[in-house]
Amino acid sequence: MKTPLVSVAWVVLGTVIGSFGAVFLKIGAGHLSRNLKSLLSNWRLALGIGLYLLSSVFYVIGVRNGELSVLYPMVSLGSVWTLLRWHRPSNSGRVFKVVTTWQLVAWSPKSAQI
Amino acid sequence: MPTVEAPPKTESSKRQGRAMLAVLLCTFINAASQAFIKLGTASLGLHPTMLETAVGIVTKPLLFAGYALLGVSTVLFVLALRKGDLSLLYPVLTLGYVWVTVLSVVMFHDSMNPFKIAGVAVIISGVAVLGGASNA
Repeated sequence: MKTPLVSVAWVVLGTVIGSFGAVFLKIGAGHLSRNLKSLLSNWRLALGIGLYLLSSVFYVIGVRNGELSVLYPMVSLGSVWTLLRWHRPSNSGRVFKVVTTWQLVAWSPKSAQI
Repeated sequence: MPTVEAPPKTESSKRQGRAMLAVLLCTFINAASQAFIKLGTASLGLHPTMLETAVGIVTKPLLFAGYALLGVSTVLFVLALRKGDLSLLYPVLTLGYVWVTVLSVVMFHDSMNPFKIAGVAVIISGVAVLGGASNA
């Protein structure tokens, strides 16, 4: 089985959505207090969870027609997008490392039709 | 010949060891969950819509099992974090990429090449660097 570009696109888009989910979970967690009402009325937390679930849907659609050994490592791209949202100069080396990894896997000539 | 006794393990190092074992278990559960998800996608039909996929995650047994295992793994990881250092445990979690790669080749007959191996190796080293940076 080869990995079509559209499968890569679904998974990468899923990681982008998931990273927004992480951001909203973080913001929502900052608005939590010790009562049920604040938990239920916390729209940021709900949005974060919703975005995470949506990213799962994108992942399932993507992984359906592609190689798991190519698409699963791409999930680590979510760390890159999340990191970029809190980008500091000292983080650039880490971003480079993960992006390089993604390129190595995604441009693997025998596995992906890119 | 004099015998040298190993120094007694402290309670802290024992806890760290148990946490490490728990995270190792997480990596196996993660890999199993990915295999279930991949197997479950076959039950979604030829061209599932986004809504059908979302419903399928809850209604298709293999997909549901995959995501349930991810949940179990997350809970186990959180419990492990209470006992051990994040900087040590998080890099161990990336072993999941290795197991998934092995499972992909064995179960789904994915092709293997040096680029994939190098990619997974860089992910693991990248996370190890991140873990080290959290202590710096």
